[in-house]
Amino acid sequence: MHDQALSDLRVLDISRRIPGHVCTKLLADFGADVILVEPPTGDPTRSSNPFINDIPSVENSGYFRYLNNNKRGITLDFETRAGARLFMELVEWADLVVETFSPSILPSLGLGYESMKKRNPKIVLTSVTNFGQSGPYSEYQASEAIYYAMSGLMYVTGLDSREPVKLGPNVIQFHAGIMSALHSMIALRGTVSRDIGEHVDESIQELQAGSIDRTSAMLLAYQYAGFVTRRENFEGGGGSVHQCKDGYLNMFPDATMIPKGLNMLGMSELMEEPLFATMEARSMPESHEYFDALLEPWLLERPVTEAFAAAQESRILSGPVYNSALLTADPNFRARAYWPTVERTPGDMTRIPGKSFQMYGGLWTMRRPAPTLGQHNAEIYGGLIGFSQEELSFLKQTGVV
Amino acid sequence: MGNSKLPLNGVRVLDITLVWAGPYATQMLADWGAEVIRLEPIDHFQPMARGQRARVSKAEITADADWHNAYPDWDPTDMPWNRTPSFNVHARNKKSMTLNLGAPGGQEVFQRLFHVADVLIENNVPTTADKLGISYERARKINPGFIMVRMPGFGLQGPYRTYRTLGSHIDGVSGHASLRGYPDLGLEFQTDIFYSDAAGGINCALAVLMALRYRQRTGKGQMIELAQVENFTSYISDVNMDRLANGRVQRTLGNRHRTMVPHGCYPCAGEDEWVVIAIEREEQWDALCEAMGSPCWTIERKFASYLSRYDHQDELDALISDWTRTLNKREIMCTLQEAGVPSGQVSNHAEVSHDPQLRGRNFFQWVDMPGTGKHQYPSIIGRLSETPNAIRTPPPRLGEHNEYVYKGLLGYTDAEYRALEDMGHIGNAYHALVE
Repeated sequence: MHDQALSDLRVLDISRRIPGHVCTKLLADFGADVILVEPPTGDPTRSSNPFINDIPSVENSGYFRYLNNNKRGITLDFETRAGARLFMELVEWADLVVETFSPSILPSLGLGYESMKKRNPKIVLTSVTNFGQSGPYSEYQASEAIYYAMSGLMYVTGLDSREPVKLGPNVIQFHAGIMSALHSMIALRGTVSRDIGEHVDESIQELQAGSIDRTSAMLLAYQYAGFVTRRENFEGGGGSVHQCKDGYLNMFPDATMIPKGLNMLGMSELMEEPLFATMEARSMPESHEYFDALLEPWLLERPVTEAFAAAQESRILSGPVYNSALLTADPNFRARAYWPTVERTPGDMTRIPGKSFQMYGGLWTMRRPAPTLGQHNAEIYGGLIGFSQEELSFLKQTGVV
Repeated sequence: MGNSKLPLNGVRVLDITLVWAGPYATQMLADWGAEVIRLEPIDHFQPMARGQRARVSKAEITADADWHNAYPDWDPTDMPWNRTPSFNVHARNKKSMTLNLGAPGGQEVFQRLFHVADVLIENNVPTTADKLGISYERARKINPGFIMVRMPGFGLQGPYRTYRTLGSHIDGVSGHASLRGYPDLGLEFQTDIFYSDAAGGINCALAVLMALRYRQRTGKGQMIELAQVENFTSYISDVNMDRLANGRVQRTLGNRHRTMVPHGCYPCAGEDEWVVIAIEREEQWDALCEAMGSPCWTIERKFASYLSRYDHQDELDALISDWTRTLNKREIMCTLQEAGVPSGQVSNHAEVSHDPQLRGRNFFQWVDMPGTGKHQYPSIIGRLSETPNAIRTPPPRLGEHNEYVYKGLLGYTDAEYRALEDMGHIGNAYHALVE
């Protein structure tokens, strides 16, 4: 078998939400043996958009498939007594358990960290929750937009004259998954050398409040100087995103923009004009107006890919503003084989977004497609736990698996 | 001040990162015990590393008050590089040495550093990294267990390998910028948002942790490549799956949601006060109606089912706003949460700094930094039940750990140290002409 960084790591994913599945996805992608433990009715993500060919079914969620490639899958109702006992057998097998329930749920089932530790003293339990395991909001519900709202990021996003606006679809939840994977790995490293277990308490609100997306810097600016950042007023346009023939190009408007930009336009000789000749002159609004009047028609005549290449040629920090159609056609992503194909069953092929990073000591691979509901029940309950065929069918009849 | 139980104790990291993504990666590692040594040039000012510029006057920052100009008490002093919030926020627990990699003598020092380190992280454009002598082959020859992460914008190979980019551009390339913002405005109306920096940082740290586990098992190091545009693109996989599987191009919905209704940001009593409400399930809708006092409109036919509410969102949002507008945002949030309705106040950074939940969990920590003063910093993210953690050392002043690194780790004699000072490698300030 292809040896990867985490080929020796065993993980149980009992989460029901995106952050948990993202966490174990990254671990699975780099070799971990991850068992996804779903309720007999299926994980809630199985009903998440988008569905392949827009056909909704329990096996057809593109999002579920993307999140659970490289994992094995079983069904288990651990809210039943028999199910809870079975679950503890799996805890004995695992190095890491990842969950996303409200803080009170697992302990109320007798399956909290203390119970797991009795069965497996070196277990790491990673709990990813909205607001953490403690504090006045610990049982509060939340959603992607609420994380933005309560961490300060949403307040500074959008126009000063309008309502604050959230960011793209599930970005914080994805981020929370990666952060949980990181802290799980940190905790695991400690348990190897110290012979302990760990309960990782991951609060999505905290990881967002401490985020280098500028939230933490804005919080420190408040502590240093009492400054409260507001939304900007750019009613006339942001100043750095420009329209091209078929799309938009974002160019960083720093002090070097005018000389580099004139070079891009093939008009470097204009640098001698009074409005551009000195640093002081170039910082005046009239100079920028003059420059924009030269730049805008030039961009409108050119496809965004051509304008992007020209801007980079002139060393302007820049990037196109893509939608998913332009993104999936981009030559750099294609040349680097970013969109691999996964074959679920013969003929059932989907392309998916690929690796987040590459480890050259054991490459990112697509080892197996996402599990169908209960696909590995026989393999895991039979092979790993040692149940007979009869015992397994009894568990099925009673709804435990 | 050390905590001998931190899981990354004994791991030494060379930090050649700038701007945000790389420094965030090394923040994560330093916070959990790694000895992170920042290599900082003093013969030029790295853009966006320790503030905007090396010399800043009090007059110009007060004229342009902004978060990245928010030096303590609006005073940059004659050493602004030690006082900038945009550096200090990620630099706690790290060490700083000065070294001009591109200047004569710089590469000899760099060579010695490879012998004493476990990990190197850099986020330069590949062409710049080549010039600075950063290569995995070089490290591996000295130490086969060496781990290196390179995190350029577009990757080490490919047609864009020489391209220069920042977080705001990665946001656009990944498609994220087209999925946020107001649906009625064009893509040129963008708030500068930089989520990809955070994404690049923590994925880099995760890759290091994975490589350390592999090294523990096999003794082998490795090279890791993180192309920041690809890394951040994974964050919006649902949208790209829709394109790949169904040919659909999604665009921004503003504060609305593809499936949740009602879902929005509603005005509250007071100026610029807002609350978010996000209804996912039928019982939450019922609870919201009850919390609003069950006004007559809630039983109208057009709001009777999920689908009809979906079709009448403009009207629905206007009616909910009529209710929220009369009340305090915090009161709405608490009332709705008590009733089982997901809701959250839109907090500014002053309010986040006093948030009862963050305070209740001691998220802010006092740190006393010589020359900068005593302030509260956002503390360490993530909590381990058996390994309590806190900020151990303040952000390092430029070159603060030169003696420790050059003499203690690299074995330079006092005479050699003075020679490196004379050559301009060692110092606690930028060279006189650096702006």
